[in-house]
Amino acid sequence: MNGWAHHLIIAPVLLPLAAAAVLLFIDERSRMTKGLVSSAAALLLVVVSFVLFRIESGPNDFEGVYLLGNWMAPFGIVLVLDALSALMLLLTSLLGLAALVYSLARWHTVGAHFHTMFQLLLMGVNGAFLTGDLFNLFVFFEVMLAASYGLLLHGSGPLRVKAGMHYIAVNLAAALLFLIGVSLIYGTTGTLNMADLAARIPDIEPDRRMLMEAGAGVLGIAFLIKAGMWPLCFWLPTAYSAASAPVAGVFAILSKLGIYVILRLTMLLFGDGPSAGFGANVLLYGGIATLAFGIIGVLASQALGRLAGFSVLVSSGTLLMVLGINDGAVSSGALLYLVSSTLTIGAFFMLIELVERGQDAGANVLAVTMEAYGDADADEPEEGDGVTMPGTMAILGTCFAACGILLAGLPPLSGFVAKFAMLSAMMGTGAIGVPPTAAVWTLVVLVILSGVASLIAMTRAGIRTFWGSIEGTVPRVLVIEIVPVMFLLGLTLLLTIQAGPAMQYMDTTIRTLATPSTYIDAVKNATVISDYDDKPKTSTEGAD
Amino acid sequence: MEIILSIAIGVMTTCGVWLLLRPRTYQVIIGLSMLSYAVNLFIFGVGGVKTNVPPLLGDDVVTSTLADPVPQALVLTAIVIGFATTALFLVVLLASRGLTGTDHVDGRGDRK
Repeated sequence: MNGWAHHLIIAPVLLPLAAAAVLLFIDERSRMTKGLVSSAAALLLVVVSFVLFRIESGPNDFEGVYLLGNWMAPFGIVLVLDALSALMLLLTSLLGLAALVYSLARWHTVGAHFHTMFQLLLMGVNGAFLTGDLFNLFVFFEVMLAASYGLLLHGSGPLRVKAGMHYIAVNLAAALLFLIGVSLIYGTTGTLNMADLAARIPDIEPDRRMLMEAGAGVLGIAFLIKAGMWPLCFWLPTAYSAASAPVAGVFAILSKLGIYVILRLTMLLFGDGPSAGFGANVLLYGGIATLAFGIIGVLASQALGRLAGFSVLVSSGTLLMVLGINDGAVSSGALLYLVSSTLTIGAFFMLIELVERGQDAGANVLAVTMEAYGDADADEPEEGDGVTMPGTMAILGTCFAACGILLAGLPPLSGFVAKFAMLSAMMGTGAIGVPPTAAVWTLVVLVILSGVASLIAMTRAGIRTFWGSIEGTVPRVLVIEIVPVMFLLGLTLLLTIQAGPAMQYMDTTIRTLATPSTYIDAVKNATVISDYDDKPKTSTEGAD
Repeated sequence: MEIILSIAIGVMTTCGVWLLLRPRTYQVIIGLSMLSYAVNLFIFGVGGVKTNVPPLLGDDVVTSTLADPVPQALVLTAIVIGFATTALFLVVLLASRGLTGTDHVDGRGDRK
């Protein structure tokens, strides 16, 4: 064990939880204190995730299995930090910090307990990325969902309540499917520990295998609802575009959480053995349908919020398709795409609110379709105090153009690198275990088409917003609002410059995932700490 | 006993799905509650239906004859979480009722 670093694994769960608890005690009127505490916690979370990421990507063999309550692996609950979860943790914390700083300008004032719910959301997401136990995954998923219900409704108004109600109903039903899937899997295998499951699944007798696969299928549907696979995705654009800007920004990670779980479980449980490749076709064809639906949606969107919502679907569809092909090189490109698109969509959601500020709500929307969206936002938050951004339109325009380039996958930003990595790997799949060429060609065409569609939609929206407005009202944008957007876009720039090391990391990650025995052995061989007195007492995180 | 349990789960699921698809929020919430009861019974059922064998370890007890304690623990967690989320949904339902003046899921009034 690596001493204090080992206890750091649980910090991404405990830190937001503690922050949320502390925030509850601070009076709602002292907003500045709340904001400071919350951002300090988010900043600390970034540091912790970064340290974990560095440790994980480092050369030393860091043992990433954390036994909660010091119980042995299949009996107690484990947290597992591997390359994939470290990456997702870092992504979450960066997005969370940006959205939180953004909300400090004005959005956190429109309702109660914004910061508490935000921290709990981060806790749920982090926990879901870390956990190595299916039922524990359910619990973290519910923590995340409960917080997201509150955040979606933040700011209230008829539109949000309506979208929120649909969102909650859909997700409650999905949670029930989750439970059915988990219990079927438990009933057939007798375990909920993911590593133990992976070890046991090849040996299930054939008459129970069908039941286990049914359970895995039902479980998968619960995550596909979250990821927004067609036809389970109709709630997503409405809910995301109705949410307040910082909330929609951080929601960009939620659909990726669905993708993450599907990636993790398919690679771990259905990598080889009699059930190998289970559900791959569903992912492939579902992904194709999602991408097609997303492309149409992107082209048809009149409001920017919906455009961003459909971009989430395009991103999900692309990733699901790639998971369906299940080819190592393509998957590592897809992982880069996941990171890049999450950052882009998060930034885009926050940018939209700045761009549309000061414009007549619904000015860009045809009167006929206005009814479908409902009335404009009833209670806009009051303007915040702070330094106003100079050269507003120029900066907003640049950010908007960067978002467009990223979404369309044009050079020079990371969207291009990621799409190029995926496409070149797809074209290169000439070796063993190749999917039919027709399917690969469909994918290539669809991925390129999605880029074209995003480009058309973004260009159209950009012209209308920046060049077409006659009155030329300049929105009042604070520095604290534009900086998080620029920060996220800057990260994609960093991802472009560091594309080599990033791709290398993704490659290693996928290769580790492709050999489930690494994961299984790590969990099984995790040793119980026999005597705590030997350990340095530098960390407070060990007191679970 | 298994057959009664399965019929109960089946009937509740059917009612739950039917109600979930209805256009009134009250029906939706009752449907979700029904579904969650069905799911809770289902989780309870996957451990195998046994009577009068509490999972208590003794010296001469064969563990395979005992009731499985894990589904019981799971169902307890599921009940608590389900209860909390249903309560939250109820609040949203009331908020929607207050904002739109109707209990239609899309906030529309009665249209004949």
